[in-house]
Amino acid sequence: MKLMEPETEAQVADAIRDAAGPLVLRGGGTRGLGAVAGDVLSLAALRGVELYEPGALTLVVRAGTPLAEVGALLAGEGQRLAFEPPDLRGLLGRSGDSTIGGVVAANASGPRRVQAGACRDFVLGLRFVDGHGRVLRNGGRVMKNVTGYDLGKLMAGSQGTLGVLTEVALKVLPVPETEATLVLPGRTLADAVAAMAAALGSPFEVSGAAWEGGAALLRVEGFAGSVGYRAEQLQALLAAHGESVVLDPEASAARWAGLRDVAGFAGRAGDVWRIACRPSDAPALVARSGDRATVQLDWGGGLIWALVPEGTDLRARLGVYDGHATLLRGTGGPVFQPEAAPVAALAAGLRARFDPRGIFNRGLMG
Amino acid sequence: MDMPRPDAAILSRKAAIVARLQAALPAGAVIHDAAETRAYECDALTAYRCAPLCVVLPGSTEEVAAALRICHAEGVPVVPRGAGTSLAGGALPTADCVVLGIARMNGVIETNYADRYIRVQAGRTNLSVTGAVEAQGFFYAPDPSSQLACAIAGNVAMNSGGAHCLKYGVTTNNLLGVTMVLMDGTVVTLGGAHMDAGGLDLLGVVCGSEGQLGVVTEATLRILPKPEGARPVLIGFDSNEVAGACVSDIIKAGVLPVAIEFMDRPCIRATEAFAHAGYPDCEALLIVEVEGAPAEIDDQLARITAIARRHNPVELREARDGDEAARIWLGRKSAFGAMGQINDYVCLDGTIPVSQLPNVLRRIGEISRQYGLDVGNVFHAGDGNMHPLILYNANTPGELEKCEAMGADILRLCVEVGGCLTGEHGVGIEKRDLMVSQFAPDDLEIQMAVKDVFDPGWLLNPAKVFPLAASEARRAA
Ligand SMILES: Cc1cc2nc3c(=O)[nH]c(=O)nc-3n(C[C@H](O)[C@H](O)[C@H](O)COP(=O)(O)OP(=O)(O)OC[C@H]3O[C@@H](n4cnc5c(N)ncnc54)[C@H](O)[C@@H]3O)c2cc1C
Repeated sequence: MKLMEPETEAQVADAIRDAAGPLVLRGGGTRGLGAVAGDVLSLAALRGVELYEPGALTLVVRAGTPLAEVGALLAGEGQRLAFEPPDLRGLLGRSGDSTIGGVVAANASGPRRVQAGACRDFVLGLRFVDGHGRVLRNGGRVMKNVTGYDLGKLMAGSQGTLGVLTEVALKVLPVPETEATLVLPGRTLADAVAAMAAALGSPFEVSGAAWEGGAALLRVEGFAGSVGYRAEQLQALLAAHGESVVLDPEASAARWAGLRDVAGFAGRAGDVWRIACRPSDAPALVARSGDRATVQLDWGGGLIWALVPEGTDLRARLGVYDGHATLLRGTGGPVFQPEAAPVAALAAGLRARFDPRGIFNRGLMG
Repeated sequence: MDMPRPDAAILSRKAAIVARLQAALPAGAVIHDAAETRAYECDALTAYRCAPLCVVLPGSTEEVAAALRICHAEGVPVVPRGAGTSLAGGALPTADCVVLGIARMNGVIETNYADRYIRVQAGRTNLSVTGAVEAQGFFYAPDPSSQLACAIAGNVAMNSGGAHCLKYGVTTNNLLGVTMVLMDGTVVTLGGAHMDAGGLDLLGVVCGSEGQLGVVTEATLRILPKPEGARPVLIGFDSNEVAGACVSDIIKAGVLPVAIEFMDRPCIRATEAFAHAGYPDCEALLIVEVEGAPAEIDDQLARITAIARRHNPVELREARDGDEAARIWLGRKSAFGAMGQINDYVCLDGTIPVSQLPNVLRRIGEISRQYGLDVGNVFHAGDGNMHPLILYNANTPGELEKCEAMGADILRLCVEVGGCLTGEHGVGIEKRDLMVSQFAPDDLEIQMAVKDVFDPGWLLNPAKVFPLAASEARRAA
């Protein structure tokens, strides 16, 4: 097994053109899923900021730039990546520095996805190298762009199976002045889902809605006056669901970092699944997961994290529902949800066009 | 704008093709009479017209599939059509095509407030989606100015935006799933009522594909709770530079307005003469709207006006009530109508980095003088989505061509400063041949490869988006 570490986009293209066999694409090696074989093409040396215009909320960076570096740069201007990319190192037992390219390739989005959107919604444009070794560009650096097909969405979440990202342009947002979290302890899952639906259906701009350890958690962010007002309104709205307490900004931030990173499952034995569904289906899906499943909910119930005994075929248990399940850690089935035949055919067709030799993370997504 | 020469063999088989479609669809779903097909000869880019071979108006996904299977077998191009409000010629027919109109499919399939989505047939108009949920306190966020008429199908195809997308995003950010029929009649479901794709995000590439990948028959849309209230402030400046700097400062300050609209002097004057909204006669005018509870609105407006004051505005007018808010919006909302009163116009929608606003406005002024045609600018400043309106007289021979050449210069300028050709209207035929100024040949090639996968025969809306020369081999195959 060879390790290649190109420092320029042209070198990436050369490495792909010259590849004799499959390539394992690696950013920081912190969030890649499944086991793929081949020579390793690391993007870690392709780093640096191309452009950062805080007044235009625009950031353009090379794909191997560490996420931490991006975070620090943005924080310096009071801005951030609003889609709240999770740090899954603890959960997946990895070490290393997460890169922005890996975040985009995984469409890695955290709790704020429910309000602000997913990583894919913040991709303004990107550059990538396809399986022919062609350097390609799509989108741009502006906030609104419908010029040609939106391949940014297609590449986000493609897990490196369509091309090698070399540069991404992202929309960034200001960090709100403050935040608060309403905690409703001792809630059953069904009651928590109902409370979260009421909160997310209110005008109070809830930016996080999760359930963990029997407590429903609701986050609001903004200017201090707004946060105070909205937390109060939510308390009144949810009075029927029982008492609630409000976490101060530090406690709130710490709690959401843990939820984002699924810290509660880190270091525990078993398989970890991530299930996207309709929030109101969550209680039934959790019931079908069996007594031995430990779960936490995000996105108001639209995202279920499940820790189940090793080798459990959770997909078989869940049956048919509106959504999909990804196996993040473990052996209980294929990593990605098998797709309906016509959709799988389209996806295979796209892979054959973008990567005709099938060299990028071969076999990972189908 | 050239269109491919119609296929004579298809034209000569018209009767047989119509008969097959009639046999497969209910009575009245096929329109082939020349007097009636004329109603479909253009969209809102009215300078270009061509009646199609015939029009089909299916009432269900199955009927769409049946019609497409026939067209596929016959090798007939299909142009999907929603309400025909495209400004880019996206729904412009060719003489040898079947127009597939989705307008009869306008029902609500399901509303779910606990999970905050609505599922509709794609021919439903944008505004009536909000209409279906507003009694429960919800709305559908993307709000193109054409929302009374335009269909969700067209919105999905064009990835349409609206005045409020600074906060809520455009169609693609609010679309959860579609049912779509491929050219060969295969029905596919992408996404659903859940968030994000389990595999490749095909929904993300279908949105904005201008009717070239499949015919969308149903859509699942995210609905949002209505804000408690909204209020605008109007700010006038004596220079575009200063107005541009003010926009940047507002964005940086962490206030997230729902809209920041910008009008320049030609537009302000035309609008005043038409709508009498009481706008100041100044160089540049901003309308900034914020949302929330009354105290939250007061707080945000206080921050915005404090920023604006640092830029010495010539006018600063906060709406104190609904009436005043309506007056502030009145001029902006009638801007297009006002410009249309003066003359015919072409509306461009290139997007630029916000930092380039003053520079681009200055250069648009220069281009305007060079061509001798007036331009008014009214646009979504928060996201840099320009809307230069070039005034011309359609009855003066050669003036449309001059206007188009001038528009092309403006769009190339948008690209040159780091922007793009179109922020929300789409490429259609209008910007098709300018794509080479934004994309290298390989960049277009990979996009066309996507179409190859969904529509290998290049029968769906084939003469759009890509320069004819670039797509020729595929269309001819
Ligand atoms: C006065 C005015 C104001 C406007 N304001 C805005 C604005 O603020 N923001 C904005 O973004 N746009 C605006 N537009 C442009 C236009 O309204 C949008 O592009 C709209 O989404 C088009 O919808 P439609 O139903 O009329 O589609 P059509 O014009 O019928 O078609 C548009 C495109 O969609 C394709 N299509 C239609 N139906 C389907 C289907 N079922 N499946 C696949 N493809 C399909 C067509 O082939 C075509 O390429 C405006 C237009 C006008 C006339």
